[in-house]
Amino acid sequence: MNTVLKIILQRLGLGLLTLLVVSIVIFLAVNALPGDFAQVILGQGATEQATAQIRRDLGLDQPLVMRYFAWLGGMATGDLGTSFAQLNFAQNMGGSGGVTVVEQIAPRFANTMFLAGVTAAIAVPVAVGLGILAALYRNTAFDKAANVATLSSISSPEFFMAYVLILFLAVLNPILPSLSNIYEGMPFGERLTRTLLPALTLTLVVVAHMMRMTRASIINLLASPYIEMARLKGIAPMRIIVRHALPNALAPIINVIALNLAYLITGVVVVEVVFVYPGIGQLFVDSVKIRDIPVVQACCLIFAAAYILLNLTADVMSILSNPRLRHPK
Amino acid sequence: MTTLNRRGLLKTGVAAGVLGLTGLPLRAQTRGGKLTAGLSGANTSDSWDARTHSDLFMIASAQGAVFDSLTEVAADGSLVGELAESWDSTDAQTWVFNLRTGVNFHNGKAFGPQDVIESLQMHLGEESKSAAKPIVQNITEMTQSGDHQVTFVLNAPNADFPYLLSDYHLLMYPAGQIEDAITNGIGTGLYQVQSFDPGVRMVATRVDDHYKGDSAGWFDEIEYIAINDNTARNNALLTGQVDAINRIDFKVESLLRANPNIVIKEVTGNQHYTFPMLTNNSPYDNVNLRKALKYGINRQEMVDKILLGHGQVANDTPIGPASQYYAGDMEQLTYDPDQAAFYLKEAGMEDVTLDLSASNAAFEGAVDAAQLLQASASVAGIGINVVQEPADGYWSNVWLKKNFCASYWSGRATEDWMFSSAYEEGVPWNDSQWGTEDSARFQELLLEGRAELDSDRRREIYTEMQMILRDEGGVLIPMFANYVEGLSAKLGTPETIGNLWQMDNARMAERWWTT
Repeated sequence: MNTVLKIILQRLGLGLLTLLVVSIVIFLAVNALPGDFAQVILGQGATEQATAQIRRDLGLDQPLVMRYFAWLGGMATGDLGTSFAQLNFAQNMGGSGGVTVVEQIAPRFANTMFLAGVTAAIAVPVAVGLGILAALYRNTAFDKAANVATLSSISSPEFFMAYVLILFLAVLNPILPSLSNIYEGMPFGERLTRTLLPALTLTLVVVAHMMRMTRASIINLLASPYIEMARLKGIAPMRIIVRHALPNALAPIINVIALNLAYLITGVVVVEVVFVYPGIGQLFVDSVKIRDIPVVQACCLIFAAAYILLNLTADVMSILSNPRLRHPK
Repeated sequence: MTTLNRRGLLKTGVAAGVLGLTGLPLRAQTRGGKLTAGLSGANTSDSWDARTHSDLFMIASAQGAVFDSLTEVAADGSLVGELAESWDSTDAQTWVFNLRTGVNFHNGKAFGPQDVIESLQMHLGEESKSAAKPIVQNITEMTQSGDHQVTFVLNAPNADFPYLLSDYHLLMYPAGQIEDAITNGIGTGLYQVQSFDPGVRMVATRVDDHYKGDSAGWFDEIEYIAINDNTARNNALLTGQVDAINRIDFKVESLLRANPNIVIKEVTGNQHYTFPMLTNNSPYDNVNLRKALKYGINRQEMVDKILLGHGQVANDTPIGPASQYYAGDMEQLTYDPDQAAFYLKEAGMEDVTLDLSASNAAFEGAVDAAQLLQASASVAGIGINVVQEPADGYWSNVWLKKNFCASYWSGRATEDWMFSSAYEEGVPWNDSQWGTEDSARFQELLLEGRAELDSDRRREIYTEMQMILRDEGGVLIPMFANYVEGLSAKLGTPETIGNLWQMDNARMAERWWTT
């Protein structure tokens, strides 16, 4: 078990290092965006004087390197800064303060996690179940149909799948609401109904990958001698797959599931905008639009951290699920 | 071109037609129900601070529901009192406003003269970024002259002053509690804030005992949902998730119109799309070149192809059908390549090539419009080179800086307001550098009209100014763009809806009802 702990710590360290590199990339990329907050917020009213005033207020006139280290320092102490948009408002009032990025992101992030949770609750069982069935009935009409269906849904852009679902489930048969504007204090049942369409859209996007990996890794094992042995013992095909093949096929499946979960957090931008879902993706788009750099950077960083952490989890889980890795010689 | 009456054409569209055919009586307003609207123009930076308001979501939430101003532009364009009961001036420089009595803020505080003074003062100050600062800084003195009376002294006569006070930035906050009122949204409006999540959603409920009584505010509750994405907004209306949406894409308008549950409302207002030229710079300082362009632009084609018919040709003046002194009967400039070629020759610039900067940040379809201009002008021998500019930073890097570019104005309630925003010599947004050198007469008339209280004389003045701009002005204004919005057939609206701003001047919570 000690080795596992060592591996985890090692990976965590590497993850942090990756995050540091990512932070540099994010910072440079965000600052390379044309136009800045002052210009965007003032729009047609951007006179030289007003622009300079806002830049000075927000510290945008400082050199890039200084701004980076100030940001990095704040981040290390858990202070992601204050949203420009909110700061501008606060200073207009003659006060200080304003809403910090953490306060602004927290409820949105919770919403995104809720959406990801609902999606995962639907997508993972469906994908693994379909994968097992496809392996069991491989090369039958069912297998082919499942493959074609999931592959076509993954091949279409998300917004297209979203509109197809809206057309069939909201416009032609008004079963589900096309608007997913959930808010704090909404009853859980309604929240779930409103989240269903975006969750289904995301499900369609992620199922194929997981299902095909499940199918492939199980089929891969079905040729091995110990499965043949089991078959010769006369065990039912379903039991062979679930009891004998699946445990050994878990590592790659978990890997793919983790990757897809990461995608559910970072890749929801388009879906959230289409369904007007107030998650972190929508906040990200709105913030990029007005060049609210602290929020954009924080969102990017959260996305990066989610990816790194879930990859780490995938690694650890596949180690734990594999006795050979769990007990190295 | 169709002639429109002064207050603009109102196409009541399907509703009137259907009701007329089925013989259903147009039901009267009744209290009750909930208005759910999907609105664009929402930002995560939104707040109840009127100094920062610039787009529909906050204007409809603040001035349209939760807060009030001193005066209000009614749907027919006339000025009525909101928190002011009456006003008077003998010289257009000293204005006495009598305030409404028995008005309370949502927190119970009574409304009085001090609230007016403090609410206006918050737009001043060196650091202020308020767009209404130019209006307020012309007030040299604000005093409480009675229990319910405020007297304003201006630095120069301004006959439109009561109109200016209807600006959506000039909301009334409770004195001494402005900070609190901005944080929590405490106004005197018909609706009291229940919850507000910037860039996401606003919910408010009807105040039980309101000074507007039974003449306005028919809904028990309103919910405004921020939907900046066009398609999502259309879907929300189509699936009945919301009762009303603003800014319908012209391309899908006919599809929505075909749906029996949806009513399209369309009004022509003062919103106009422009191509300003910097008249201080060569070659645009040459009036003959400007005339050549005025004849070389095909306005009707732009209305047909850029607005898909949802607009009206303009005459190079910013004064539109929503304005009081709109000179709609003034002779229309038409596309005439021969005339254009003639003036080009007069200018001695037969082989000129002009760079025209455009980006869709200026208005939807600006690049296409620039290319149409390029094509129509080339018939007359005017060479135009369309430079596509990045949308980011367009207003800082291109507008007011490039000699010839695309732009837009949402228009203003009064002639003087519009002219003094963009056509008065030396003002920061004068996007054609229009000044005494171009037309001393225009600047003279501008000052005269501002101080004039006699309505007939003002009509003469503003008509002459519109003619000067049509004949010599430095801005090509080919079209006024309509405001097109979609409503559920369940909603009732007055026959005339406001054309100064989208969604009945953003006051749908006050003026519309559930049938």
